[in-house]
Amino acid sequence: MAVQEQDLVGKPPRASLVNDPKVRGLFYQVVLVAAVVFLGWEIVHNTIVNLEKRNISSGFDFLSITAGFGIIQSVIDYSETASYGRALMVGVYNTIIVAFVGIILATIIGFIVGVARLSNNWVISKLAYCYIEIVRNIPLLLQIFFWYFAALRAVPDAREEPLSLFGVVFLNIGGLWAPKPIFESGSSIVVAALIAGIVIAFIVKRWAHKRQMATGEQFPVFWTAFGLIIGLPVIAYLVTGMPISLEHPEFVNEGPILRRGFQIGIGTNVIPEFIALLLALSVYTASFIAEIVRAGIQAVSHGQTEAAHALGIRHGPTLRLVIIPQAMRVIIPPLTSQYLNLTKNSSLAVAIAYPDLVSVGGTVLNQTGQAIEVIGIWMLVYLSLSLATSAFMNWYNQRMALVER
Amino acid sequence: MTDMTDLSYVRTTEAEAKPAPVSTTGFIGWMRRNLFSSIPNTILTLIGIWLAYSIFAPLINFAFVHAVWTGDNRDACLAQNVGREVGACWPYVEAYFPQFIYGRYPVEERYRVDIVYLLFALLIVPMLIPSVPAKRLNGLLLLVAFPIVAFFLLVGGVFGLPVVETSQWGGLLVTLVIAVTGITASLPIGILLALGRRSDMPIVRLLSIIFIEFWRGVPLITVLFMASVMLPLFLPEGVTFDKLMRVLIGVTLFSSAYMAEVVRGGLQAIPKGQYEGAQALGLRFWQMMRLIILPQALKLVIPGIVGTFIGLFKDTTLVLIVGMFDLLGQVQSSFTDPTWASPSQSHTGYLFAAAIFWVFCFGMSRYSLFMEKKLHTGHKR
Repeated sequence: MAVQEQDLVGKPPRASLVNDPKVRGLFYQVVLVAAVVFLGWEIVHNTIVNLEKRNISSGFDFLSITAGFGIIQSVIDYSETASYGRALMVGVYNTIIVAFVGIILATIIGFIVGVARLSNNWVISKLAYCYIEIVRNIPLLLQIFFWYFAALRAVPDAREEPLSLFGVVFLNIGGLWAPKPIFESGSSIVVAALIAGIVIAFIVKRWAHKRQMATGEQFPVFWTAFGLIIGLPVIAYLVTGMPISLEHPEFVNEGPILRRGFQIGIGTNVIPEFIALLLALSVYTASFIAEIVRAGIQAVSHGQTEAAHALGIRHGPTLRLVIIPQAMRVIIPPLTSQYLNLTKNSSLAVAIAYPDLVSVGGTVLNQTGQAIEVIGIWMLVYLSLSLATSAFMNWYNQRMALVER
Repeated sequence: MTDMTDLSYVRTTEAEAKPAPVSTTGFIGWMRRNLFSSIPNTILTLIGIWLAYSIFAPLINFAFVHAVWTGDNRDACLAQNVGREVGACWPYVEAYFPQFIYGRYPVEERYRVDIVYLLFALLIVPMLIPSVPAKRLNGLLLLVAFPIVAFFLLVGGVFGLPVVETSQWGGLLVTLVIAVTGITASLPIGILLALGRRSDMPIVRLLSIIFIEFWRGVPLITVLFMASVMLPLFLPEGVTFDKLMRVLIGVTLFSSAYMAEVVRGGLQAIPKGQYEGAQALGLRFWQMMRLIILPQALKLVIPGIVGTFIGLFKDTTLVLIVGMFDLLGQVQSSFTDPTWASPSQSHTGYLFAAAIFWVFCFGMSRYSLFMEKKLHTGHKR
C-alpha cells in the first residue's frame, strides 16, 4: 500500500503529449495565431494589389488637399477652401455636439418617463407604457425620416409667418431661430462671476458635508448654491452695466420677395437636420433609458422605503438619500451602453445629410476614393468616443458603487 | 336591577355588514384611488388625459377618420378633390403593397417568395409553440434544410427556375433575409467568441476580446460602408461577392459581437459546480459544453438573444444608406413616383412601415417575455 502510494507521488503517470492540456492549448494558440497572421497578410497583400490596379495611392496626404465643398453647420472656422482634414474635424465636432446634447435630452426624458411608468396614477403610467412600447419598437432610421421629412416639412415655408414660441423662438422650414447673446466688453466679468459662483458652491458643499459629519447640523446647501450660481453672475451683470445683450432673429415680411423671411446671420439658427436628428435620437434612446430607470427603481426593495420612513425620514429625502443612490447602482451600467448606442446611432445623420463625421467622411470618400483611410478614421474616432464615454461612466460607477466594509 | 325583559329590543343575530361606501368600490372607487386621490394627482390625471388626447386623436383622425380608402392615383388623395381634410392615402399603399413586400422581384416569379414565406411560417410557428413535439427535427429543418431550400428558391438557377439577381430583391424580403440570416449565422460565431473570451488560453482570449470590442465600438453604418466599399479590396482578384452577400457578411460579423456578449452573460451565470460535475463525469470540453453548459446558458439568455434579434431587425433599415432597398428603402423610394404624389403620401408611407416594424418587434418582445416566464426554472430566484 505504502509502496504504491510512494510510486504515485514519485512518478506521476505520464500521459501522452496529445492529452496534455498545456501542450494542446499551446498548439491551438499557435494554429490560431498562424491563421490570423495568414489572413491578415492575405488581406494586406490583396489590398495592395487591388489599390495598385485601380491607381489609388494610399496614405493620409489627401487630408491637406482643399476640400471644395460647403458644410451647413460648423463650430470651427470652415470654408470651401479649407482642407479635407479640416472638414473631417468639423464632422467630428458635429458628431460630438449632437451626441452630447442628445445624451442630456434622452436622460431627462428617460428619467421622467421611467418614473412616470411607476406612477400610482393609472393614466400617467399607461401613457408612459405606450410611449415606451411604441417608440422602441420602431426603427430609429424611420423615426429620423419621420421627424425630418414629415414633421419638420409641415412647418411654414421660409417666407411665411413662422410658428412662434412666446415670441422669442421661431420655427420654420429653415429650422429653429432663437436670439443670440452678444458679448460686449465687461462680459468676461460676468462669466468669471459664474465660474466663481460654481467654485464657491462646491467649497460650501464640502464644508457643509464635513460639518454635518462632525456635528450633525445640516446646512441649506441647495439654496446657498442656487443663490451663488445664479446670484453672483446677476449681480456682476448689473454692476458692469448689462454687457450681454440678446440679438433677436429678424423676420422681414415686405420688400423684394427674395429678401423676405429670416435674415441670415442675425440671431441663432439651428438647422432642421440637427433638430430632426436630435429629436429622433433622444426620443428613441429615452424609451430604453425609461425601462432601465424603471427596472433600477424596482430593484430597490420596498423594505428600504419602510425602514427610512420608520427612521422618521420624510418622503422627499427618502427618495433622494435612500432610494435613488441604490437604484443608480443598478441603472448606471446599462445606462452607459445606451449612451454609447446613442453616440454610435448619431452616425445615421448621413441619411438626412446632417454634417456629422460619417456624412462628411462619405463626401470625402466619394471625392478622393480613399476608402480605407476614411473608414479607418471613422472607426478610430467612434472607438475612441466609445472608450472615452465608457471610461467616464466606469469612473462614475465606481464612485457610486457599494462600498463594502 | 331591572329585568332583562324590560329592554325593548335585543338583537339576537349579528348585523349584516353594510356594503362599502360607493365611493370606495367599483369603478368610482378605482378612479378615486388611482386618478383623483389628491390634488396633484388630479392635475396629473388631467394633464395625462390632455396629452393622450392631443397625441392619439390626430393619429386616429389621420389613419382612419380622415383617411381616403379608394382611388386610382393622386387625385383621390388631394384635399381639393375630396373636399375635406385628407388623412392617410391608403390606395397608395395598396398600389405599392407588392413592391413593399417583394421589391422589384419579377412578378411571374413572386410565387417563389411566397413559398419561402410560407415554409418559414410553417417551420417557425411550431418551433415557437412550446407544446408542439419534435423540436429537434423541427430545429434541424429550420436551421439546415430551410436555408438551403430558400436559397435555391430565391436565387434560382436550378430545376429550371430562372435566376433572379439579388439587386432585384427588395422590401420586406430583404429585411427578413438580412435579419434571419444575420441572426442564424451570428449565433454560432457568437457562442465561439463567448467561449473564447472565457478561455484559459491567453491568446484566444485576447483575440476574442479585440474582435468583440472592435465591432461593438463602431456604428453599423461604418460596418456597412466597410462591407460594401472595402471588402472588395480585401479579396483576391477574380473573387467577388454580390452586394447582398457583402452586407450579410458585415451584419453577421457585427451582430456576432453583440451575440457573444449576450452568451457570455449566460455562461457567467452557470455555477462552477456544473463545470466540475461535467468534468467529474469524464466529459471532454465540447461534450461538456454541448450537453451541460450551453443548454443551460442559452436557456438563460433567450431574452437577450431575442433582444439582439429585435435590434438587428430594426437595424436592417440601415442598408438603404448603402443603396439597397429594404422595406423602409422601398417606401422611401416610392415617394418619387408622381402618380401618387400628395401632401399626405410620405406620412402614409412612414405610418405603414412603422406599423409593420412595430408589429414584428412588439410581437417578438412579447414572445420573449412569455418564454422568460415559462423557462423560469432552476437558477433564478
